[in-house]
Amino acid sequence: MSGMTITEKILARAAGRDSVTPGEFIIADVDLAMANDVTAPVSIARFKELGIENVWDPSKVALVPSHFVPAKDIASAKLGMTMREFARQQGIDGFFELGRGGIEHALLPEQAWALPGMVIIGADSHSCTYGGLGAFSTGVGSTDLAAVLATGKIWLLVPESVKFVYEGKPGPWVVGKDMILSVIGLVGDDGCDYQAMEHTGPALQYLSQDSRFTLTNMAIEAGAKSGIVPPDDVTLTYVRARQEATGRVHDFHVDQSDPDARYAAVHTIDVSALEPQVSFPSLPSKSQPVSSADRTPVDQVFIGSCTNAKIEDLRIAAHILRGRKADPRVRLMVIPATQEIWMQANEEGLLQVFAEAGATVSTPTCGACLGGHMGVLGPGEVCVSTSNRNYRGRMGHRDAQVYLANPAVAAATAVAGRLAHPDEIGVEPPDMGDPLDISGVGVRAPVGAGDGR
Amino acid sequence: MSFDGSAHVYGDNVDTDVIIPARYLTSTEPEELAKHAMEDIDPDFVGRVKPGDVIVAGRNFGSGSSREHAPLAIKGAGISCIVAASFARIFYRNAINVGLPIVVCPGAADGAATGDEFRVDLEGGLVENVTKGATLHASPLPPFMKEILDAGGLMPWVARNMAEGNGGSPSVAVPANEPAQADWRLD
Repeated sequence: MSGMTITEKILARAAGRDSVTPGEFIIADVDLAMANDVTAPVSIARFKELGIENVWDPSKVALVPSHFVPAKDIASAKLGMTMREFARQQGIDGFFELGRGGIEHALLPEQAWALPGMVIIGADSHSCTYGGLGAFSTGVGSTDLAAVLATGKIWLLVPESVKFVYEGKPGPWVVGKDMILSVIGLVGDDGCDYQAMEHTGPALQYLSQDSRFTLTNMAIEAGAKSGIVPPDDVTLTYVRARQEATGRVHDFHVDQSDPDARYAAVHTIDVSALEPQVSFPSLPSKSQPVSSADRTPVDQVFIGSCTNAKIEDLRIAAHILRGRKADPRVRLMVIPATQEIWMQANEEGLLQVFAEAGATVSTPTCGACLGGHMGVLGPGEVCVSTSNRNYRGRMGHRDAQVYLANPAVAAATAVAGRLAHPDEIGVEPPDMGDPLDISGVGVRAPVGAGDGR
Repeated sequence: MSFDGSAHVYGDNVDTDVIIPARYLTSTEPEELAKHAMEDIDPDFVGRVKPGDVIVAGRNFGSGSSREHAPLAIKGAGISCIVAASFARIFYRNAINVGLPIVVCPGAADGAATGDEFRVDLEGGLVENVTKGATLHASPLPPFMKEILDAGGLMPWVARNMAEGNGGSPSVAVPANEPAQADWRLD
């Protein structure tokens, strides 16, 4: 019998089994269930239809208003009310109110709710992000989540794994976003359908935890069920720092794939040869090096979302924007992913840099990424976005055009007024630092924590 | 279960943003969502669709968001069944969970046109384009999926399992080690 991948090991443990094999059904115990303001109200309605009183374990439920916050209209205010009331009634402490939360996929690792080795089920497609910690994590719809709330269990088919081996050292301006856009271009929008994407290789030693989350965040854009980075010193340093900072300390499992684990495919990517990427409208797979792309004029630049609005992303954007102005024709929006990231950026003076560059800086929200509110695009408008999807109509009008890129490309584009490579701005690439230096993830006491603040 | 209906035909990668744009996600009502179904890919869909119609599409139908509002909008619009070469996995689960039948049938959209009459036989795994005189074999639904669909969706199915004393755990219904290799590309 061959060995198991990290994904198979986590799922076997959750199913109470010694081993599992891709292709078989299992019933897995869920360690953390998450829903946001779009999906939770539907889950809550379905849950109530069951006629049972209580969720299976309120301490394992996180409810995060993120998409339409601050409430954009009366209908979205009602979505928030539904969540708030359910959290109160069920004794769910993991309700992250406006001003004390942010975008769930940045928030839950930051607040030490998501941990390595967990099975995490989120009613949001980018729930695959938590795999960046070495967890099994996947997105489901509201009804599946309702069943989890009731039973603490979910049925899953054990996915095949596909291994991505990154070699070399990332070149100037290249971060996790460029690696994943390039991979999606390689495999296609459904190239890893139903599969687990496992990211490994010597290049990961140079990759911060923030960049790792970007790698796993966009698993869904390749059709994958999950993305995962087996934990190493960078991950463990991050997790322990977050546990210490938040005071939320729980044991966790650290799993690794066996050397003889089986993969449906293995792809090797030399990141030293990789350039910053841009994905053209209207598919994430339409990625190419920025250097070869047409210099399309843009109307809006959006630096935000669960994909690229963490402290590393904001530092890179500020590195380019410091002392520079956004082109007068460009609307520049910067939306930090969580309240803590916002405060960290504020302490470091990054928000001032953005404001002086002519950016608007907002409170954390998914907002513009999904064309929900704040920064919705009009007909024919062009946006370069650090988010994850450039589908037709994604950020507003069906005839708007969205290009996906990393924060450096987005910031350079804002300055140039057209799609630009960061080298065109005349600023040296930043020193990306040591990924083990966890100041890179904004370690500080959590919002609202009593002691020491 | 079989369906006869007029087809609405689409290509590959019909994503959830075009099925139901996020600007309408402040509603959770199928009737309200249905008014905007397919709006950004096919603005005429809502005016054209009749109860019992089917959607026939290419690869990766329902890619993107986990919004259950997508199958709800389509179901609310009166669509009886979706036939596609492949489905994105979250959409697949969501459709079954809300009781919207879906059929994996590569090639069904090839040569088909909106307005063609389709007959879909879920048990027999047959997809027939009556207008063009073409019949294709579809992957039959795995028994487990069929059971959820027959129950009317995941919630009635979970309720039944809970009532039967299984604590809502479907471990009785889903045999571990079920040899599902042929059909496993579903979840």
